[in-house]
Amino acid sequence: MSKNSSETIKDKQKKLKDRALNAQNKRAIYGPDIDISPPSEATDEASLSSLKDLEKRLAEASLLAGIDVDEKNRSGSFFQRGNSVIYEGIKDAYQGKIEVLTIENALEKYSWLWDYWWSLVPVDMDKYTALVELYGRGGYFIRILPGAKIEEPIQSCLLLPENDSSQLVHNIVVAEEDSQAQIITGCTGAPTVNKGYHLGISEFFIKKGASLSFTMVHNWAEDFHVRARTGVQVEDEGTFVNNYLLLQPVRSIQAYPRIMLTGRGARARSNTVVFGQKEADLDLGSLIELNGENTSGDAISRALSTDSSRVMMRGRLLARSNTSKAHLECKGMILSHSSCMNAVPELWVEGAPQADMTHEAAVGPVSQEAVEYLMSRGFTEEESVAAILQGFLQVDMEGLPDILEEMLQKTLGKLVKSSL
Amino acid sequence: MCGKRKGGCEVLEIENLTVSAEGEEILKDISLDIPGGQIHILLGPNGSGKTTLLRTIMGLGNLRVEKGRIIFKGQDITHMPVDQRARLGIGIAMQKAPVIPELTLGELTNMMGEKHGGTRNASQYSQQLNCDYLQNRPFNENFSGGEMKRGELLQLLIQDPSLILVDEPESGVDLDNISVVGEALRNLLKARREVEKERSGLVITHTGNIMDYLNADRGYVMLKGRILCSGNPRDLFEEVEKHGYEGCKECQKILQKQ
Repeated sequence: MSKNSSETIKDKQKKLKDRALNAQNKRAIYGPDIDISPPSEATDEASLSSLKDLEKRLAEASLLAGIDVDEKNRSGSFFQRGNSVIYEGIKDAYQGKIEVLTIENALEKYSWLWDYWWSLVPVDMDKYTALVELYGRGGYFIRILPGAKIEEPIQSCLLLPENDSSQLVHNIVVAEEDSQAQIITGCTGAPTVNKGYHLGISEFFIKKGASLSFTMVHNWAEDFHVRARTGVQVEDEGTFVNNYLLLQPVRSIQAYPRIMLTGRGARARSNTVVFGQKEADLDLGSLIELNGENTSGDAISRALSTDSSRVMMRGRLLARSNTSKAHLECKGMILSHSSCMNAVPELWVEGAPQADMTHEAAVGPVSQEAVEYLMSRGFTEEESVAAILQGFLQVDMEGLPDILEEMLQKTLGKLVKSSL
Repeated sequence: MCGKRKGGCEVLEIENLTVSAEGEEILKDISLDIPGGQIHILLGPNGSGKTTLLRTIMGLGNLRVEKGRIIFKGQDITHMPVDQRARLGIGIAMQKAPVIPELTLGELTNMMGEKHGGTRNASQYSQQLNCDYLQNRPFNENFSGGEMKRGELLQLLIQDPSLILVDEPESGVDLDNISVVGEALRNLLKARREVEKERSGLVITHTGNIMDYLNADRGYVMLKGRILCSGNPRDLFEEVEKHGYEGCKECQKILQKQ
């Protein structure tokens, strides 16, 4: 890591600002274009000494995003309300093993972090990255120290408490060498908040031999727009598992995380389970770049579309090593006449003719023949459709909190009823 | 519960059944009765309507009953939805069941165990039918003919219906598997027959092989959507083997009369 004097940091900040200013009107490649006005000034929210002190309505919302306010089975917690970070905490047992900080404090504490900052996601990628650089507030810094094996997940919650407000955050996660951890991030609006904007930049550094499982749950409402920009770098023998779950309505979400397997034997798995509901416009997928020798990747997406939602499932595997191996799956079921679904699986090979790349894509309705078959075994139509959808959505999401599993089933039940 | 006919409990009574699909008449004026505990055999060339008859009894597909009735244990089920018929005690082993990639065979049989009483020992049946190695595989995906049939019979064992409809149990099954499928079908039909004299079957066969395993009581020959003749199933089969369906003398007599 190069040494950064305060002068070079200032220099870097200025360059980033300039690039961001120039990109302010740059449209994103994917997803509908939205205009977001800069967020209002930060309201100074009082910090909490425990997540248990959270207002009831906020606690309920965060619960539905997978957050455990009792912190019982969590090693550390981070909670951002609007633009203010109101809680950071680490259980005693994990002191010295993990760090959970507000990003601004982390950048102040560690000058080396400036070398990570905007290193995996270009600041001038599009207007959304530019906005976060220019107006962003908060976001978390999570670091798992070398060799630490963290059994209980670290949790972070990004909550929007006010209607028609925006939240622009930049997160950095560093899994140091040979560490192991799980992170659950819940992004949610407060119960009465129906409209808002969430822009999130996340940069993940998975060092040699480290293993990180990252689960993100989105729990928005019908008039929310969300843009996520994510970059991941995985070094030798590192493992990154990315789970993304969206069960609630939203207006639009676009995300296309880029996972770079740079080290030898680096592995990645990306699981996406989304329900398109109401007017939702979802454009989701992931890019896995297999650069190092013996790298392997799996990108699995399952989507359901109801009402008049539009779901775009993207996925791209890019092999640059002859010994890399990867598989891509985009599968969708359409449950309504007026919803749209697109699957765009891509396999790219650059100078690695021996790379082993496969994909599977399928988009269609629930098979009537299968439903009738199950009915001939005595199941009702509702039970039959539910069983097929449950099976369809069964993606191995390690460490998914029970409440989300329950919610998934509940939402599924609702969708089955409305689709019959 | 008994049907109205004299001479005992009819499990299934079909009265003058005429069925169409997409405007075309497929079954014409079919009548047959299956008394409790009996196994009846349906013979007939491809396209004669055998499968349609089974599907109509089960309530599957886009079939329209134009005329006639289907009575199951005294209850008119002619227009009853398929799932209700299954719950009343009708089970089917299809000739070619669909692939359901979303469910493994194990998940499906567990669901069935829960649905049909929960007491039935799915794992014991699975072992009996040599289905253990299939449990974690997506249902019917790349299953061989024999594996598919065993999967069907496994579900019927769990479902425990009183009337079993079996569509060509030997089709696509190699010789080794015919004995497994045949034995399983025999056990399935015998299981309750001896005790309660109640389980009945209607079995379609093309090759007649399955009759080596079943002590069938009665046979029918179907041609062009009609049941033309009936009688001892072995005699009928021999006749068909010798002269072909078109050459069956009894059938020809009837055809000529019409």
